[in-house]
Amino acid sequence: MAFAIQFVIDVLSLGGAYALMALGLVIIYGILRLVNFAYGELIMVAGYTMFLSSGSGLPWIVMAVLAVGMAVLFGILTDYVAFRPVRAKSVTAVLITSFAFSNLLQNAALLFISPRPRNVPLPDIFSQTVTIGGAITPVRNLITIAASIVLLAAVAFLMRKTTLGIAMRAAATNFTMARMLGVPANLIISSAFALSGFLAGVVGILWIGRIGTVVPGVGLEPLLVAFIATVIGGMRSLPGAVIGGFLLALIDTTLNYTLSQDLLKFRDAFTFSLVILILLWRPQGLIPGPASGQRT
Amino acid sequence: MKHSYLTALILIGVILVIGVGSQLLGIRLYDRIATNLLISLVLVIGLQTFMGNSGLLSFAHIGFMGLGAYTSAVLTIPAQMKGMALPDLYGFMKVVEVSPLIAMLAGGVLAAVVAAVVSYPLMRLSDAASVITSFALLVVLYTVMNNWSAFTNGPRTLFGLPKTTDMPIAAIVAGLVVIVALLFKESRTGKLLRASREDEVAAAALGANIPHLRWRAFILAAFIAGIGGALWGHFITSFAPKAFYLKETFLIITMLVIGGANTVTGAVAGTVLITVAYEGLRSTEGALNATSFGAGQVIGLTEIVLALAMIAVMILKPGGLFPNREIGHILTRVRRKKETSA
Repeated sequence: MAFAIQFVIDVLSLGGAYALMALGLVIIYGILRLVNFAYGELIMVAGYTMFLSSGSGLPWIVMAVLAVGMAVLFGILTDYVAFRPVRAKSVTAVLITSFAFSNLLQNAALLFISPRPRNVPLPDIFSQTVTIGGAITPVRNLITIAASIVLLAAVAFLMRKTTLGIAMRAAATNFTMARMLGVPANLIISSAFALSGFLAGVVGILWIGRIGTVVPGVGLEPLLVAFIATVIGGMRSLPGAVIGGFLLALIDTTLNYTLSQDLLKFRDAFTFSLVILILLWRPQGLIPGPASGQRT
Repeated sequence: MKHSYLTALILIGVILVIGVGSQLLGIRLYDRIATNLLISLVLVIGLQTFMGNSGLLSFAHIGFMGLGAYTSAVLTIPAQMKGMALPDLYGFMKVVEVSPLIAMLAGGVLAAVVAAVVSYPLMRLSDAASVITSFALLVVLYTVMNNWSAFTNGPRTLFGLPKTTDMPIAAIVAGLVVIVALLFKESRTGKLLRASREDEVAAAALGANIPHLRWRAFILAAFIAGIGGALWGHFITSFAPKAFYLKETFLIITMLVIGGANTVTGAVAGTVLITVAYEGLRSTEGALNATSFGAGQVIGLTEIVLALAMIAVMILKPGGLFPNREIGHILTRVRRKKETSA
C-alpha cells in the first residue's frame, strides 16, 4: 500500500511538472506551428534570477515572483529576437534562430556567471518530508502536484472562458481566419510567449527545487521532456500535451522502479524507443488537434 | 548536368587550395586547422545530403559521427593497449585489430545501419515533429555512448587511437564526399526528394514515396557522418562522448545554414567561413584569457558571436550565402548572359 501511494505521488508530481513544461511549448507551437528551442533557457533564466537575487535579503516568495517575471520577460524577448523577424520565412529558419538564441543565452550564462553549478535559495519546506499512509515523500512533490493542479486549472479557465484565451485558440485553429475576424496577431503571439514564459518560470522553480542548483545547461532536460511529451500527446493539442506529460512521467517512474541499476543509465534510450513505438502507431500523437494543418 | 561537373571541379579546387596552401605556409598550426576544416567539411556535406535535399533539419548527425568514431576506435586500438584503454571490452573484441581504412568504412557502415533501423519510423514525420525526434535521437545516441562503458569507456576519455589521419587523407575523403553529395543531389532519389522539399503534396501526387526517399538520404548522411567521425577520431586520437553533443551540433548546423543548406557549394562556403571565424574568435578568446584582465576565464564568447551571426543571416538572407544554385550553375548562367548580351 505504501508503495502504491509512493508510486502514485511520484507519477503525479513528475507528471505535473512534465505537463506544465509541455504545455508551455505547445501554446507557442499551436499558434505559430513553430518550435521554441530556447524554451529550456527560460527555466535557466528563472534559476539564475533566484541565484542572483539570493544575496538581496528579499523574502523567498518575492524572489520566486521575480524569477517568474524574468522568465516571462525572456519569453517575450524570444519572440522579438528569434521569431518575429523570421516568422514569415521558412520553418527551418525559425528553428535555427531559436536554437541560436538558446545557445546565446546559455553561453551568456557561461561567460557572465559561471560554468559551475550555483546554489539556488530554497525555503526549508522544499527539503522536508512527510509520511502519507506509510510512504515517506518530500513535501516538494506535494507542492509540485498542488501547483500543477492550480496552474492547469488556471490555464484551462484562461483558454475556455476569457476573450484572450478564446482568441488564442482561434488563432491556433486557423490563424488567417482569426486575423480576418479582428484578432490582433502580434498581441496574441506575444501573450502566448508570455504565458509560455510564465509556465516555464513556475516549472523552473519547481524543477530547480528538486536539484537545488542551477547550471547553464539546466534547461536541456526540461526541454527534452517537453519535446517528447508533446510528440506523444499531439503537437497541437493542449490536453494532448498534458496527457503526454503524465504518460511520460508514468513511463519514466515505472522504468525507475523496474530497471536494474545497470540499465537505469540507459533510461532515456528506453523512453525514446517507446516514443518511436507510439509514433509508429499514431504519427499525429495521441490527440491530433484541429485539422487545419497549414502553417500561416 | 554540365554545370554539376563544373561545381565539382571548383569545389575540389577549393579543397586543393586549402590543402596545398596550408602546406606551403609550412606552419604546423595551419596544417592542423586545415585538417580540421576538411573533416568538418565531410560532416557538413554529410548533413547537407539529408537536410539540403529533404528540407528537414536534423540534429542527430553528430551522434552518427560519434558512432563512427567509436566503431573505428574499437577496431583499431592496438590489442596490447586495449586492456588499458577499454578495460571492460568484451573478450572476442579484444583481439580484433584492423587497418584504419577498413575501420573507417566499418564506422560509416555501422552508423548507416543504426540510422536505417532507428530512422525508418521517424521519416514519416514532417516539420517540427521530425526535428524534435531527431533532437531526441541525438540525446539517445549520446546517452548510449556515455554509458556503454564496454565499448566507449563511459564518460571518460578514450585514448590510444593510431594517428592515421593527416591533411592529404582528409582532403581525399572531403573530395570524394563532395562528389557523392553532388551525384546524390542529381540522382533520381535526390531530385524527387528536392521536389518533396518544395511541395510535399505535389511530390506525393507524382508518386514520390517521401518517407522512403528521406530514409535513403538519412542513411547516406549517417554513412558520411560515420566516416567523418572515424576520420576525426584518428586525427584527434583521444576523445570523450561529450565531443559528440550539442556544441558540435550547433557548430556544424551554423556552418551549413550560413553557407546555404540547399547547395553543396553552400556547405563548403559555410564550413570555410565559419572555421576561419571560429579560429579567429578562439585565438581572441585565448588572448583575452592570457592577459587575464578582470576575473575568471572568458568562455562562450565564440559561441555568442556565432549565434548572433546565425540569427543575423537568418533574418537577412534566410537561404544562406548560396540559397539555390551551385557555384557551377551560377558561373554558367553568368557566361551565358554575357554571350547573349554581346
